[in-house]
Amino acid sequence: MVEVTITVNGTSYTRKIHPLMRLLDFLRDELKLKGTKEGCGEGECGACTVIMDGRTINSCLVLAASCDGKEIITIEGVGGAELHPIQRAFLEVGAVQCGYCIPGMVLSTKALLDKNLDATEEEIKEAISGNLCRCTGYQKIVEGVKLAQTKMKESRGEACECGRS
Amino acid sequence: MFDIKQVYEPMCLKSALEIYQNNPHLTIIAGGTDVLINLRHGKYEEVELLSLQKIKGLDEIKILEDGTIEIGALTTFTKIFRNDIINKHVPILAEAAVSMGGPQIRNIATIGGNICNGAVSADSAPALFTLNALLYLETANASRTIPITEFYAGPGRVKLQPGEILTKILITKDNYENFKGKYFKFSNRKAMDIAMIGVAVLLNTTDNKVNDLRIALGVSAPTPIRCQEAEKTSLGLELTEENMKRISELTILDAKPRDSWRGSKAYREHLIKVLTYRALRELRGNK
Ligand SMILES: Cc1cc2nc3c(=O)[nH]c(=O)nc-3n(C[C@H](O)[C@H](O)[C@H](O)COP(=O)(O)OP(=O)(O)OC[C@H]3O[C@@H](n4cnc5c(N)ncnc54)[C@H](O)[C@@H]3O)c2cc1C
Repeated sequence: MVEVTITVNGTSYTRKIHPLMRLLDFLRDELKLKGTKEGCGEGECGACTVIMDGRTINSCLVLAASCDGKEIITIEGVGGAELHPIQRAFLEVGAVQCGYCIPGMVLSTKALLDKNLDATEEEIKEAISGNLCRCTGYQKIVEGVKLAQTKMKESRGEACECGRS
Repeated sequence: MFDIKQVYEPMCLKSALEIYQNNPHLTIIAGGTDVLINLRHGKYEEVELLSLQKIKGLDEIKILEDGTIEIGALTTFTKIFRNDIINKHVPILAEAAVSMGGPQIRNIATIGGNICNGAVSADSAPALFTLNALLYLETANASRTIPITEFYAGPGRVKLQPGEILTKILITKDNYENFKGKYFKFSNRKAMDIAMIGVAVLLNTTDNKVNDLRIALGVSAPTPIRCQEAEKTSLGLELTEENMKRISELTILDAKPRDSWRGSKAYREHLIKVLTYRALRELRGNK
């Protein structure tokens, strides 16, 4: 067993774990954060995507032991009391069907927009290229990301030209 | 859960090399994108890991005084394709880096792991073959440099000695200065797919005449290869339509692609020729 301290959604957790426990199992089984999904378990589908120190990773391909000292954001940490603009946008355009890929999609979107709110359609598609969706055909998801860009700009006060906000 | 006995996580290269020297049965883990898949598929009966993840300073890209580009073995593909030195001097490697996996994979997969895994489909290999990249291998008490073109031993096999860790990849100035390069990864799906064929072409010309042309292929033989016949014949030739076609045809003399579910031998041979020609035409520019 090894001891690790990992910050997840702003809270620091110290646990004794099996050295080969995947980050995915740490999140779901140790912390009971079930929003992160396991799809293929082989890094292909992106359902288990989380953000580690600002970058998306597949939590099925990373050992929890190697996340000692790292900061992780899961889908549970994306919104606060209210839904995050990305989540609202996905709901509004109907980007969600079965929903299994959506936590990963939202996190890939967040990692992109946190760095580049003006991402082009090409950049959006690139950013979600490691996340498979078998329902939507991606069109609505891309629309969702674009609407999220507008919403996030509004909440930053950029879209308002009145100069007051 | 996997059956694992122990994970060593040294904080510096020196202790990693010492641990490895004393325990040569350890499996090295860098980004882990290949190792974790192998674990999951039960490829190892019992495994003890030596993780390189906590070692600092092995993920840097720099230019040495003599112009050699040095890439730390633990550099991720995301870092490579965003790096200024790479984009300015060896953009062919940036092209290869961004073609691999998807964002999540590129964020953790390392170039050293890509090379040491020995896959014929490794996307870094064709570009590094054309650049005559050198691999710097270290053990606790020795080091050696070996050209990447001599490092692959067969499918999934490389010539690492017991206790050896790949620490740096080196590209000397005479192998990138005045060269232009192009990497084509051909796959069924644009993202998240393994190459059906990878073709890297590196070209140095004066007045449209070939001074030095290097063509390397992935997934075309048991290891990545250079197309020596085509390269030799091309020397001094003017890059006319006819000569570019001829050079592209000659690639087949070195290529030995196989039939697989990803693509047939005949289709692969066709791709090798077409992609080589396309790369030459693009690198030559409008004449
Ligand atoms: C979903 C998915 C998609 C992928 N897509 C692609 C793709 O498109 N193109 C591609 O080329 N690959 C692809 N891969 C394969 C893999 O991601 C790459 O080969 C990657 O570069 C491996 O690097 P790593 O750091 O993760 O290696 P690891 O898994 O840590 O190690 C790989 C091997 O190299 C050895 N090793 C690692 N570092 C060293 C070192 N410094 N010294 C000595 N030995 C070492 C390990 O012992 C192991 O045998 C994909 C993998 C997955 C899971």
